[in-house]
Amino acid sequence: MTVNMTKGQAISLQKNDGGSLTAVRMGLGWQAAPRRGLFGSRTREIDLDASAVLFADKQPVDVVFFRHLVSDDGSVRHTGDNLVGGVGQGGDDEAILVDLARVPVHIDQIVFTVNSFTGQTFQEVQNAFCRLVDETNGQELARYTLAGGGAYTAQIMAKVHRSGPGWTMTALGSPANGRTFQDLMPAILPVL
Amino acid sequence: MTAELVRGQNHPLSQVRLEIRISAGTPIVASATLGDENGKARGVEWVAHPGAPTLPGLEVSRQAAADHRLAVDLAAMPEAVHRVSVLLALPTAAVGGPPRFGAVAAPFVAVTGLDGSEVASYTITGLDAESAVVALELYRRQGAWKVRAVGQGYSGGLAELFADQGLPEAHHLAGGIHDAVARGLARSVPAPQRTADGDRTRQTAAPAPGPDQAGPAPQGAPGPVPPHSSSPYHPQGAQPGYPTGSSDPSAVTQPSAPAAGGPVNYTHPGRQTAAPPPPPPTAPPAPPGQPAQPVAGDATGWSMDERLYNQVWGMFEDLARTTAAYRSAVDFADSRMEKELDQALSDPRNRIGGSGDAAREAARTKHADLVDQARAALDRDLAQLTAEAEVVEPALPPAYARWDNPVWHAYRVPMEIPMAVRLGDLYLPESELLRIPMLVRLPLERGLWIDSGSSGSFDESYADAHALGHLAMTTAVALAARLLAVYPAGEFTVHVVDPAGSGAQALAPLVRSGVLAGPPALGAAGVTDVLTRLTQRVDLVQMALRGGAADSLPPGFDTAQQLLIVNDFPHGFDDRAVNQLRYLADEGPAVGVHLMMVADREEASAYGPLLDPLWRSLLRLTPLPDDHLADPWVGHAWTYESALVPPGSQVLQQVLTLVAAARTKYT
Repeated sequence: MTVNMTKGQAISLQKNDGGSLTAVRMGLGWQAAPRRGLFGSRTREIDLDASAVLFADKQPVDVVFFRHLVSDDGSVRHTGDNLVGGVGQGGDDEAILVDLARVPVHIDQIVFTVNSFTGQTFQEVQNAFCRLVDETNGQELARYTLAGGGAYTAQIMAKVHRSGPGWTMTALGSPANGRTFQDLMPAILPVL
Repeated sequence: MTAELVRGQNHPLSQVRLEIRISAGTPIVASATLGDENGKARGVEWVAHPGAPTLPGLEVSRQAAADHRLAVDLAAMPEAVHRVSVLLALPTAAVGGPPRFGAVAAPFVAVTGLDGSEVASYTITGLDAESAVVALELYRRQGAWKVRAVGQGYSGGLAELFADQGLPEAHHLAGGIHDAVARGLARSVPAPQRTADGDRTRQTAAPAPGPDQAGPAPQGAPGPVPPHSSSPYHPQGAQPGYPTGSSDPSAVTQPSAPAAGGPVNYTHPGRQTAAPPPPPPTAPPAPPGQPAQPVAGDATGWSMDERLYNQVWGMFEDLARTTAAYRSAVDFADSRMEKELDQALSDPRNRIGGSGDAAREAARTKHADLVDQARAALDRDLAQLTAEAEVVEPALPPAYARWDNPVWHAYRVPMEIPMAVRLGDLYLPESELLRIPMLVRLPLERGLWIDSGSSGSFDESYADAHALGHLAMTTAVALAARLLAVYPAGEFTVHVVDPAGSGAQALAPLVRSGVLAGPPALGAAGVTDVLTRLTQRVDLVQMALRGGAADSLPPGFDTAQQLLIVNDFPHGFDDRAVNQLRYLADEGPAVGVHLMMVADREEASAYGPLLDPLWRSLLRLTPLPDDHLADPWVGHAWTYESALVPPGSQVLQQVLTLVAAARTKYT
């Protein structure tokens, strides 16, 4: 069962059977805009990048993005940069895996963001989505559709934060502008 | 009723279709010989053995096994046969196993009816050096068959036994039997079960009950024995209307030892002889909430060598990352406490009363709580990594193992170059007891620099430069010996430059055992000579490679990897020698010429920045533990501890002796 999340909606990452999640994956998929004109071979690739920022008490401690694929503690891993997007079949083009049990004790929030590295706004991107998957069984926990996004080049997708003994995911969907996650830091801080 | 026979005792047999069940604690060979009225076997065709398991009325199994069932149909025996001797023998030592019956449990032999009811049994006790024994004999006496417990052992094995029975080619026959057994063992695991015609008929038959479930069938009841049965294992009475007729010898050609219904597996359950390529060992599934039980080699790779290499590097990364998590948490806790203490100090409300103290106390408690949590997470990971190290370390091959690992005592000169070699141990201050083997790939990609300089962090006792220099040289020798040992014979050559002879004492093991290419080069002339030869070698190989003519090197060219140990640099080096050394450091590794410098950088400071690239290109190792190595993931400073031979151990000498012996044999 998939929850289509709306902005600001929070879901607790508890399994249906009461056990808490141990590993989740934030997947990002998109499809480049269709090519037009005579020169079909001229590329109009769109490069979206998924990033995860690890916060301890509102201070950024570590970042996982295409230039730093694994957090120092090893709990958050990026599967690698995808420069062109997928074929739009719904698969993840970039993914960030989070081993929640191994996240260091002082990290209390992990924020997932998406940036358009090549500068196109989300209006030009088709079938873009962000989803959260229970990595242990492949079940999709939540999906957030980027399609119909406005003239923005970045979005703060969601945050996963500690609540009690477990973790909770909150969909944020705040639009922003920036090429990499560094540009987004001013936009991230208010949503922590 | 079972007659428990003692040696020499006999017992009448009321049935002619019998099974002889043999159980021994270890795989043994069961055979049978037929004898005429004089007790002599008339030829090899009168012996049923694993190489020729079937005789009329008799069949033995093709393999050595701990349990046997021999099928015997006395009615099918030719008239000339007056005696059937059941023989047991231990497989030859070539296939493993004990060499004498005295080393195994006393074999137990029972004669049973087809329904499993025991007629007579005999435990063969009192054997010692014998490796073959006549267990029982079935013999004709006035038209009836009887069984006798014999228990005659032969320390000369089957050959002596057959000779005693009058067989002319006793040795040849015994050798053939052992060969057949060895072949049977060799294919015992992977061989698919082949279904012979006889098998098919047997599978349709009702399974013979096992010895434990021997029914209360009246064993004395003779009944009409169906001599022309398709199988000797049909329960009696299953073919009640069968006419008595002449016996058909070919009817009893089924494999012996029926198990319940299916094909028979003769392999000893505890024995795996010719195993297929080993599957990667994987950790058994862990109970929920607990870490998996660690297993050595639990990583990907084509060989155990590669799996262990990957596993060690996986442990290295895990330790680096879990320590990073711990340090990050502690740093955060420290900075948060500092901030909160500052706030408590600057808050004017806290200047009166005890609230300031309370705020400070709260800040400290929060700090301690977070550090405790982080430490608990670290300890959990360390416990798992320690458990893993405890299974991995003993499983390491010599190239990866510490010198005190018993694997070095079983050292054999390898046939293949290992994937990597252990240069020493790495550890972090948070977990000093957990040592990660520092494995570097072979062939070496960088030269090594054993730093004999005192960098201030060293122990007072080594303030003496001479002692430190000696320790550095000992480290270098241990590393060179390890490299010599893990390369196949003749594929690694070590040259030594020791201009002042100051390393002679440390070099003694290499010199004495004769594994060096030549004696250590002394003086400036020796330095020049060795460097010139190696430089020419680099030039030659480079030219050949660049010209695409690697196969046109001069005949007799030594294709081994070369290692040059340089002691006391820059003593004895002129400017030209220094340039040659730099050239070797830059160009050598690509063409198999490696450098191991034992040097104090300070002593070479006169050369100024000229030598900086040289030092930078070498991997610096220290004779004393020093934290100067960084991991590739997080960049912690790891303490390196050199791999030295334990004091007083002879293992280095033993290994080098074997290396030297192999070298003279192969070259």
